[in-house]
Amino acid sequence: MNDVLAATLVLVASFGAAGPAAAAEHLVASLTNHRVMITSNYTGVELVLFGSVERDAAAPRRIAPYDIVATITGPRESLRTRRKQRLLGIWVNTQARTFVDPPSYLAVLTNRPLAAIASAETRRRLQLGIADTPLPELIHNDIGEVSNDPFRAALMRLMRERGLFSEEPNAVTFLTPTLFRAAIQLPAQVPVGTYTVAVKLFADGDLIAHTDSAFEIVKVGFEQFVVNAAREHGLLYGFATALMAMATGWIASVAFRRD
Amino acid sequence: MQIFLPIADIPVNVFLLLAMGLAVGFISGMFGVGGGFLMTPLLIFIGVQPAVAVASVTTHVAAASFSGAIAYWRRNALDMTLALTLLAGGIFGSAGGVALFTWLRALDQLDLVIGLSYVMLLGIVGILMVTESVRAIVRSRQGKPAEIRRPGSHAWFHGLPLKLRFKRAKVYVSAIPVLAIGFIIGFLGAIMGIGGGFLLVPLLIYVMRVPTATVIGTSMVLTFLTMVSATVLHAATNHLVDAVLALILMVGGVIGAQFGAHAGARMRGEWLRLLLGLLVLAVGSRFAFQLVLRPEDLYSIRIIGGTP
Repeated sequence: MNDVLAATLVLVASFGAAGPAAAAEHLVASLTNHRVMITSNYTGVELVLFGSVERDAAAPRRIAPYDIVATITGPRESLRTRRKQRLLGIWVNTQARTFVDPPSYLAVLTNRPLAAIASAETRRRLQLGIADTPLPELIHNDIGEVSNDPFRAALMRLMRERGLFSEEPNAVTFLTPTLFRAAIQLPAQVPVGTYTVAVKLFADGDLIAHTDSAFEIVKVGFEQFVVNAAREHGLLYGFATALMAMATGWIASVAFRRD
Repeated sequence: MQIFLPIADIPVNVFLLLAMGLAVGFISGMFGVGGGFLMTPLLIFIGVQPAVAVASVTTHVAAASFSGAIAYWRRNALDMTLALTLLAGGIFGSAGGVALFTWLRALDQLDLVIGLSYVMLLGIVGILMVTESVRAIVRSRQGKPAEIRRPGSHAWFHGLPLKLRFKRAKVYVSAIPVLAIGFIIGFLGAIMGIGGGFLLVPLLIYVMRVPTATVIGTSMVLTFLTMVSATVLHAATNHLVDAVLALILMVGGVIGAQFGAHAGARMRGEWLRLLLGLLVLAVGSRFAFQLVLRPEDLYSIRIIGGTP
């Protein structure tokens, strides 16, 4: 069954690079859909990631179960985080930090809490989880990481509140000891662009294999037409909307004419 | 029924937008204002980015004011010369306002200035309108005749040169204060995302002493002209006009405006002004609370895109 499923999927598989055991197990994974289309009735979508741990003869016997960490990273966009302070009785943005190209979407899906899968040291080294994802800031003219920064904490909190950053310790389910599935929730306000999916296989706290995949979120049909028109032919688009406004106004005045 | 707005990038309920258009359209038709000062905050409240809200509301207001202007045109209740003179000042005001808008946005102080402008303007205009209309209502209750407009009364600006005769508006004044009013309307309109009708109407009535009958039609024409140019400008420079959002709003808006206009025609002028004054005050105090109360979250995010 594993083989059948694996064979039917479009696979981007790669061999792990963590020690001699890595060659013995590798990871295959695929998404149900590599293109998410935003149409006029789009209100968010769920993608499913399927994967399987492939073992060959050289694979060691493992007592500990496998763990999966799937990290979905959206297109990068610079942000400013502002903080308000009371000034003369009113609340004013007094301080701000610029974050250089943080991911606009970040989901870390695991089969159990991340802390139970890998040690703090491993998480830091592999940049696993939201807390260990680098969020470089612009400091004067330099770019660097600022740990224990309240602005960084606020950014992560606000992104979590919007459903754009998430850590889901139950999102990955093992159907058999080697076959897994994970649901990727994409809220309605996710930005369009290319999303990377990095799947890492752990056993006993060690990374033993990984594979990467990607999908893109695009606007299609009428939505795409409107966006293209607005971006590339702004002036024409402006005249067209102005004409539309005048036509609507005129139709209304004719339709409701009472004299 | 949810629909995905292509430029605003969010799904919204079509019927909610239609209802908002209807409600704001009713108010705008009743009072002869564009309704931008109500629609922009409403859109921001349902989650549309402020920049997209401001840009798309201009299109909505253009449609609403166009249908209103046609109605007043048929009744010959507007002064085209006055509208065009105001527009001449308004164009320069808008350019200045857009420049300040861009600069404030870069400084992260745009929201604050928008809030403060709403509080101060709506507060002052609202209080003036409410006190004036209450006084007029009390006077008519006591059986005294309404204050007669004195055509001969002169204010300081009547001494200024460049006099123009505005036939329909029945005033003969210098073009300078008219241009100045146009400039102020254009400037504030660009910053606050409003057509400025709620400012223009009282300014023309109380300062320029234009009869109420022609004021609303003239204000509609000016609002239409500034909002159409603002739509084209926003679309060409910022690419922020959401045509789908604007269309849904304007369909509700023009229908609401017709009912509003009929309701308005049946009401007495001073009651109309009292209601508009109270509405203006209500929106103003909403902004005041927002500035004074401790925000739920001291932090906020603004996407600046690309690499800084």
